[in-house]
Amino acid sequence: MAEPVLAVDGISKYFGAVAASRNVSLDLRQGEIHALIGPNGAGKSTLVKQIAGELRPDAGSVRFCGRPVDNIDTVGRARLGMARTFQVSCLAMELSVLRNAMLAAAGAAGQVFRFLPAANSDTAITGPALECLRQVGLDQRARTRVADLSHGERRRLEIALALAMRPKAFLMDEPMAGMGPEGARTLTPLLSSLRAKAPILLVEHDMDAVFSLADRISVLVNGEIIATGSVDEIRANPEVQKSYLGDGE
Amino acid sequence: MNREQIVSFVISGLLFGAGLAGFVLDQPFILTLAAKAAIFAIAGVGLNLALGYGGLVSFGHAAFFGIGGYAAGILAWHTRNFEPLATWPIEISGTTSMPVIWLVAVFAAMFFALPMGALSLRTGGVYFIMITLAFAQMLYYFALTWPAYGGEDGLSFYLRNDFPGLTASDPWTFFLLCLAMLIGVMALCALLVRSRFGLALEMARQNPQRLASSGIRPFTVRLAAFIVSAMITALAGALYADLNRFVSPSMLSWSMSGEIMVFVILGGVARLAGPVAGACLFILLEEVLGGRFEFWQVLLGVVLILVVLFARGGLMGLAAGRRSAHG
Repeated sequence: MAEPVLAVDGISKYFGAVAASRNVSLDLRQGEIHALIGPNGAGKSTLVKQIAGELRPDAGSVRFCGRPVDNIDTVGRARLGMARTFQVSCLAMELSVLRNAMLAAAGAAGQVFRFLPAANSDTAITGPALECLRQVGLDQRARTRVADLSHGERRRLEIALALAMRPKAFLMDEPMAGMGPEGARTLTPLLSSLRAKAPILLVEHDMDAVFSLADRISVLVNGEIIATGSVDEIRANPEVQKSYLGDGE
Repeated sequence: MNREQIVSFVISGLLFGAGLAGFVLDQPFILTLAAKAAIFAIAGVGLNLALGYGGLVSFGHAAFFGIGGYAAGILAWHTRNFEPLATWPIEISGTTSMPVIWLVAVFAAMFFALPMGALSLRTGGVYFIMITLAFAQMLYYFALTWPAYGGEDGLSFYLRNDFPGLTASDPWTFFLLCLAMLIGVMALCALLVRSRFGLALEMARQNPQRLASSGIRPFTVRLAAFIVSAMITALAGALYADLNRFVSPSMLSWSMSGEIMVFVILGGVARLAGPVAGACLFILLEEVLGGRFEFWQVLLGVVLILVVLFARGGLMGLAAGRRSAHG
């Protein structure tokens, strides 16, 4: 079988005596959505940060597209094709939707040190930017300031920016955060279609969305992965039911 | 043309009009003031690139203003005294040609801004302000104590430097030269801000985390902006030395850094014509109030407080409204 796009191997991270990640291993294969679930404080976001290069693990390593990336920082990993979306929208509020997307496209295109030609008429970045906005349904809002967008629209823009980077893998940290069940339902088909472009490591709280989207699920509890498997396997797993799914249902 | 562009043209036109009035009425004094305003505006346009567009509050831009000034002063001094600048490995003489002086000024600033920026940009916020100040103060005390070029007395050169084909010693010609340079750097700045680089710089200010996760290093973008900003301010310094035919350590002092900051904040941060408006108002206040009251800078303080409190976006904010999200 082909090597996974992303492989996390035995990552541990301690904050003082608290273990945020304990010997975590997981992989992300071509064409799949791999959901990472777990109760609040389980260390899901901390894990995403370590994969994205924002936090350095105390032990273990991360391989991306067949190469170790432990000594590569966030910028370098993004250039390799890791596209991250943030739990709390991470956008330039005073810029238009289009300019936010253009910046992401410029990152993918490289050559940021173009000082003179106007970016607005640079089709090498406006083209991909508009295309990504269209895919998430924000093309009509391209000229709007991000500060004037609704919360749901900002969540969509986060995804559009990741798309504009022409990624090899998506790291999505709660893309549906704060959207409510109704909003989550509108995002589900979009996320489902994205796995054809690049595999998605999806951190999500909305169980309906996770069960309908995920090809595989890993359950993180107290910094430790207690189970990995298909949707049905995870649903049937007694340990998962006890420590996580049980309390809600 | 949008409102901002119209206001920018009007402000630049007013500056030209002031110079023209000086020429027509044969008042070299007014011409000198107008040239000074244009030069200060160039320095402000330079700082605005870092402070306004990049959000890098540099309190050390006097260093670059002074480097430009000393480049003009030292090169001219060597020529006038027939002393070569260097004799080994090849003999290099000074020059009185403005274009050459400007090049030297701009590249000297670049070489100083590179390490200064690289070290300062490792910090942020208040620490960035303090480190840039410290760098400028180092240069200030160096110039003060280095005897070769006048030390604390400064360096006078009795003739203004030359511009090929022009009589730069004529106040009207020199004013037009300064105004042309101002328009040139404003055009450069307008292009920069609209380019891919400008977009990245805007993002570095608004959301560096997003910039980094788009695969662009905020540090590199900021450093480039800081260096270009320094080069523009150095050009202003070279012109200022030529305006006064004198350069002294006061061009490097922290109060000079503060003044350049005042031009930008008074006129409007991250607005193309902001520093022009700010520098003109500053010169106007200095002349109108400074001639009457010993304590005019107290009134300048009052104006600055009013502008910061009630006209967010400075004079440009008052005249042209909020900044647009352009595009």
